[in-house]
Amino acid sequence: MTRPIGDVVLALESISLSFGGVKALTDISFDVREHEVRAIIGPNGAGKSSMLNVINGVYRPQQGTITFRGKPRRDMNTHDAAAQGIARTFQNIALFRGMSVLDNIMTGRNLRMKATFLEQAIWWGRARNEELEHRRKVEEVIDFLEIQHIRRTPVGRLPYGLQKRVELARALAAEPSMLLLDEPMAGMNVEEKQDMCRFVLDVNEQYGTTIVLIEHDMGVVMDISDRVVVLDYGRKIGDGTPDEVRGSQAVIDAYLGVAH
Amino acid sequence: MSFFFEVLIGGLLSGVMYSLVALGFVLIYKASGVFNFAQGSMVFFAALTFVGILEHGVNFWLALPATLAVMVVLGLAIERVVLRPLVNQPQITLFMATIGLSFFLEGLAQMLWGANVRGLDLGLQDEPLQAIADATGINVSKFDLVAAGIAALLVSSLALFFSHTRIGRALRAVADDHQAALAVGIPLQQIWAIVWGVAGFVALVTGLLWGARNGVQFALTFVALKALPVLILGGFESVPGAIVGGLIVGASEKLAEVYLGPYVGGGIEGWFPYVLALAFLLIRPEGLFGEKIIRRV
Amino acid sequence: MLYREAGQFKTHYAADSAILPIRQDRIAMAALLVVAFVAVPLLASPYLFSAILIPCLILALAALGLNLLTGFAGQLSLGAAAFMAVGAFASYNFVLRVPGIPLLAAFACGGLMAAAVGIVFGLPSLRIRGFYLAVATLAAQFFIIWCLTKFGWFTNYSSSGVITAQKLVILGYTFDTPRAKYLLVLGIVAVMALAAKNMTRGNVGRQWMAVRDMDVAAEVIGIRPMRAKLLAFAVSSFYCGVAGALYAYAYLGTVEPEAYSLDLSLRILFMIIIGGVGTILGAFLGSAFIVILPIVLNMLVGFLDNTLHLNVASSVASNLELMVFGGLIIFFLIVEPHGLARLWQIAKEKLRLWPFPH
Repeated sequence: MTRPIGDVVLALESISLSFGGVKALTDISFDVREHEVRAIIGPNGAGKSSMLNVINGVYRPQQGTITFRGKPRRDMNTHDAAAQGIARTFQNIALFRGMSVLDNIMTGRNLRMKATFLEQAIWWGRARNEELEHRRKVEEVIDFLEIQHIRRTPVGRLPYGLQKRVELARALAAEPSMLLLDEPMAGMNVEEKQDMCRFVLDVNEQYGTTIVLIEHDMGVVMDISDRVVVLDYGRKIGDGTPDEVRGSQAVIDAYLGVAH
Repeated sequence: MSFFFEVLIGGLLSGVMYSLVALGFVLIYKASGVFNFAQGSMVFFAALTFVGILEHGVNFWLALPATLAVMVVLGLAIERVVLRPLVNQPQITLFMATIGLSFFLEGLAQMLWGANVRGLDLGLQDEPLQAIADATGINVSKFDLVAAGIAALLVSSLALFFSHTRIGRALRAVADDHQAALAVGIPLQQIWAIVWGVAGFVALVTGLLWGARNGVQFALTFVALKALPVLILGGFESVPGAIVGGLIVGASEKLAEVYLGPYVGGGIEGWFPYVLALAFLLIRPEGLFGEKIIRRV
Repeated sequence: MLYREAGQFKTHYAADSAILPIRQDRIAMAALLVVAFVAVPLLASPYLFSAILIPCLILALAALGLNLLTGFAGQLSLGAAAFMAVGAFASYNFVLRVPGIPLLAAFACGGLMAAAVGIVFGLPSLRIRGFYLAVATLAAQFFIIWCLTKFGWFTNYSSSGVITAQKLVILGYTFDTPRAKYLLVLGIVAVMALAAKNMTRGNVGRQWMAVRDMDVAAEVIGIRPMRAKLLAFAVSSFYCGVAGALYAYAYLGTVEPEAYSLDLSLRILFMIIIGGVGTILGAFLGSAFIVILPIVLNMLVGFLDNTLHLNVASSVASNLELMVFGGLIIFFLIVEPHGLARLWQIAKEKLRLWPFPH
């Protein structure tokens, strides 16, 4: 049961970001509504990952305002973002290679664990109960993403597709209200892509999580997203429903390879 | 006032010695990405071998190339036995392997040549150069001046080598990424053999100069530890940085000892360079000449 | 055949996340504890206690501390011995200047002092990483030892700079025989090792490993790398501090700065490399290895001397020890960079299948 799309939960106004002399983003403005699936598309180097990094607090924009849940600010603080329910996955998988799948996903529950290290050292009372309760929650996520068989495997040994799934699991374990996905289907075959799409849609439908998604596969984007933002060379060149964007001349030029 | 200059110049010149040790580090790091903790032991080994050969009655000018040959062979052996099996391991593993190597070399050197302290006579006296003393009233040791001259020569030739030759470029590629270098067809083993050979040569020069100054003894290996602050100040990959860093460490260490030492009972030299380097790192984590590392997410 | 887990199913998460989930492991651990606490005190000679068991346990505790910092949290430290020294001198001064303080409390306070110093020298880790951090810890190592040597207050203005540690007295009972000291050390080390294991399998351990593996990602999921790193320095230094106090009181009998030199720091680093970086078991295996190795080498040299009449000089034995040390480090790093702990794990895996080949 798809939830009805709600009000604007995230609004970006006139965001500009540069690294030294390179302008990654120029004057970008768009918004994201609650419970929707918003896709960001564009050719390579358009600034899509940088956009997610700005939303998430990894980069600080030089100009512009980010309004999250009604509170405007100059930039986002990574810890605040996590505490306020934003979780994400990365383009080049950012899993903790020395730990098992289970431990990696448990780190996603980090913000909800209140026991101090001393309590954990004794492993009694609050620390123990917390650990078991969060384990229960993490197992739900593991069931949801069908990765029970690799629970104890060190993450470094998994094939690429499974690593991506584990990264998604870690993000989901935090019970986020907004999920930022950076090319979750990169490098996957058709079957794996279908699985991943199913997971993303299930998350959106079951938990009502708002999804902001960077993706290259046009089929996927048109199928599952509610609205699309198109970036090119750091500027916004399209914003609307998939059909509107598909028909836009600027987008066709940028994406279908007409020299410009 | 002239006392201040004397201390300063003395410090700068002893800093030249540190630079030489640091140079060995930089060479190996630049070319293979390995931080060679064993550089001090190599210096010790070179000096001890030279003195040992001399003691067997060999002529000075024959002993030099003989020791050089030994150092080159040692370098090749290190490359073959230690580095080759550890290709593409994380930096920390290689670093720890060189710590093990340093212990091994120390034991080997002492086992071969005995552990007595020996003097080393290079024909240079540690006396003030009369001409300068007469002109300015400052005493500058002849020995230190010659050492500085040799170091300058060594540094400039190495700097040119790295930036202007094909092999130099290959070395820099290897330092960045072993596997990628292999993939492009750079003969990794040969390159490393060359580099460790050259490092061995630098170790020999350093060993001779240090040994002549302070006697050839086990404490020489701790000189390597002093090179670490030098590298931090100058950056791990910069040949000119090693020089500048060495000069700064040498000068500041002596000045601190002379001017601050009496307030706290002396012995500052032991830790001052490290604390200086630490303070420096807090301001500029990559060192004076190091490159800023940008991490992409 | 003996080590099969068949039939051991877990029905609760509590059972699954236990330290020893396999029944055979629990039996083995119980047996080990019985041997350690009962059999050894009854059967071992004083030499075995004083020369092998006690230093092995104490240094394992220090190695444990270093492993928490370097192995789990990824902060390379070459200054473990300096924090041991802080613990030793602090304990000494607490016993000296606070009349009637219980000995264990003095040790704990010594550990806390070491933790405080550890936090101060850990502050650079917020900006610096990798080798550069190693150099910062070297600064700690040299500076702290210099301080303890220079300022007479620490040694109660003793003229030689070497002070005798006070007697080990707890609740009126004096621990002065090797056996008594062994049991005291064993008890303290066992409790602290359990605490360490609990921390590493809990949230704080995961935070440390996350910061070690990729601190940017750790920050994104809400971990504060700064707090995690400083906590690692604090806990690690506490362990080293207590180990240092035990080193002085239960092993050396004296409290002197020279005992905590860079050499000891490097030995402890070797212990965790050979034993297994990032494991609790590794600290113990590595410590045993490094403590026993010189003794074995000496015996070997003596044996060769007697049977082959080589007339080996004593210096040869110590040089040989250096060479074997260095050689073994390199050997381990090439063959099994994860150390003895991993070899143990592999052995257990094989044992699971035995006597079948696969």
